[in-house]
Amino acid sequence: MDNYRFHFRKFTSLFMFTLCGVSVLIALVPLVLIFYRTVAFGFSAINWDFFTQMPKPVGESGGGLANAIVGTMILVGLGSCMSLPVGIMAGIYLAEYGDNWFGQSVRFLTDVLNGIPSIVTGVVAYTVVVLPMKHFSAYAGGVALGILMIPTITRTTEEILRTVPHSLREAALALGIPRWKTSLQIVLRTAMSGVVTGILLAVARAAGETAPLLFTALNNRFWNTSMNQPMASLTVFIYNYAVSPFDDWIAQAWAGTFVLMTLILLLSLTVRLATRNKFAGNLL
Amino acid sequence: MRDYPGTRQTLIDIDTIPEKGKGVPVDHNKIVAENVSAFFGKVQAIRDIQISIPENSIVAIIGPSGCGKSTFLRSINRMHELVHGTRITGKILLDGEDVYSIDPVLIRKKIGMVFQKPNPFPTMSIFDNVAAGLRMGGTHDRKNIAEIVERSLQQAALWNEVKDSLSKSGVGLSGGQQQRLCIARALAVNPEVILMDEPASALDPIATAKIEELLFELKKRYTIVIVTHNMQQAARVSDYTAFFYMGELIEYDVTKKIFTAPSMKQTEDYVTGRFG
Repeated sequence: MDNYRFHFRKFTSLFMFTLCGVSVLIALVPLVLIFYRTVAFGFSAINWDFFTQMPKPVGESGGGLANAIVGTMILVGLGSCMSLPVGIMAGIYLAEYGDNWFGQSVRFLTDVLNGIPSIVTGVVAYTVVVLPMKHFSAYAGGVALGILMIPTITRTTEEILRTVPHSLREAALALGIPRWKTSLQIVLRTAMSGVVTGILLAVARAAGETAPLLFTALNNRFWNTSMNQPMASLTVFIYNYAVSPFDDWIAQAWAGTFVLMTLILLLSLTVRLATRNKFAGNLL
Repeated sequence: MRDYPGTRQTLIDIDTIPEKGKGVPVDHNKIVAENVSAFFGKVQAIRDIQISIPENSIVAIIGPSGCGKSTFLRSINRMHELVHGTRITGKILLDGEDVYSIDPVLIRKKIGMVFQKPNPFPTMSIFDNVAAGLRMGGTHDRKNIAEIVERSLQQAALWNEVKDSLSKSGVGLSGGQQQRLCIARALAVNPEVILMDEPASALDPIATAKIEELLFELKKRYTIVIVTHNMQQAARVSDYTAFFYMGELIEYDVTKKIFTAPSMKQTEDYVTGRFG
């Protein structure tokens, strides 16, 4: 009887373990496929011109997406400037001071905001920025991306800060460190790597968004760094080129995809290295 | 630097125990609690605590789990009020001044605390851990900080073990070293009173012995209140012992008397191990 039970348990354990492993593999399949396709189609279309030249008119071959690469960086930068301070501070508020009805409401609304389709934030930015200004602009695109990033940053920051042991807060407060300094210099510092992960997720998501940019930053086939003007972005170019009937445009769309992916990867690596804590081995 | 009054003898000989209130050599009561009651929501954790803690002495608080000894300790430096829904009534005087009428940040600088589990800041080096309270309290003079860090680590009997690895992580130390690091961290902000909430309960006997030895050194400069589950520890280290039971202070007297001739039945039952 006992022997039978023992073998049954061992079997169950092995079965569940296998199940988990298989699930991981299944989850990896789309990732690997996307990665493979992007590298296979995108890499061959990349050359020096792609990074330095403007888009060529239809019919002319060659050219590049220099303006779109810079445009995406500017747009995501604008969105980050807007969403990072708001998101991080809101996250700190929710984690450290948010155990009241106001915090509960903010938390709920943030989750709702997180679930709103990205094109809706585009409409909001269109109404709030484009209509009063009477023209499309990079500002409008930045606002749309910023709105999109805030809830992600807020909630991940809050969740990560909540994992910081309460004993550290007490240790700091018992030293006569004021509460705001405890929140910023002890709690936030301890959870920094997790907060950075949340920020990178939000940045990556914003960099990959097309819908909110379609009628805010619009697009631009020319070199432009003025934020008051319509601005090119990789995603809108990828969208336009991918649905076009021209083979060289489609190839450039793949190249754009590859560049976008690489940019996000490089950004993640750089930020992680830069914010690494030398004692990180003992961290969350 | 403050001028510290002379130290009194630590171990009281059984024959020289003064009668309560007659010969107890009280120079100055550092902390006086008057009718202190503390609540968690509607639950009352401690009831009308009256106690006087003499300067430069070690007072042990003993009692079974849930008797309110930690709550009382955390009332002294206003940590109790940090928990949501808590309330406190009565007065706690530090040098005659009600701690509840002073900013908690100032109070906690004067009344340091060491917790049950060592809790060094994990992102900081050993040096930064000790310097944390100073830096965040507004001291930025590097030389001054370095001096205070060294002195605090020496006072906590940790300097010789870590002086060559000050830039290493604080959580890389052993449990006992971490606890002494936390003591050094508390000492660095130059408190007058140190509260210890079962500081040795997570440590092995050798580390415990080191902490206890340290207490004798520390009481020359500081007033120490220590909560402990370990009655031998209370008997070894403290000058006075308070016995808490069900949220009330049952008996408070010279330690030797509590352990040899308690006047209350409950105290006797507890110290002889009949319950708790």
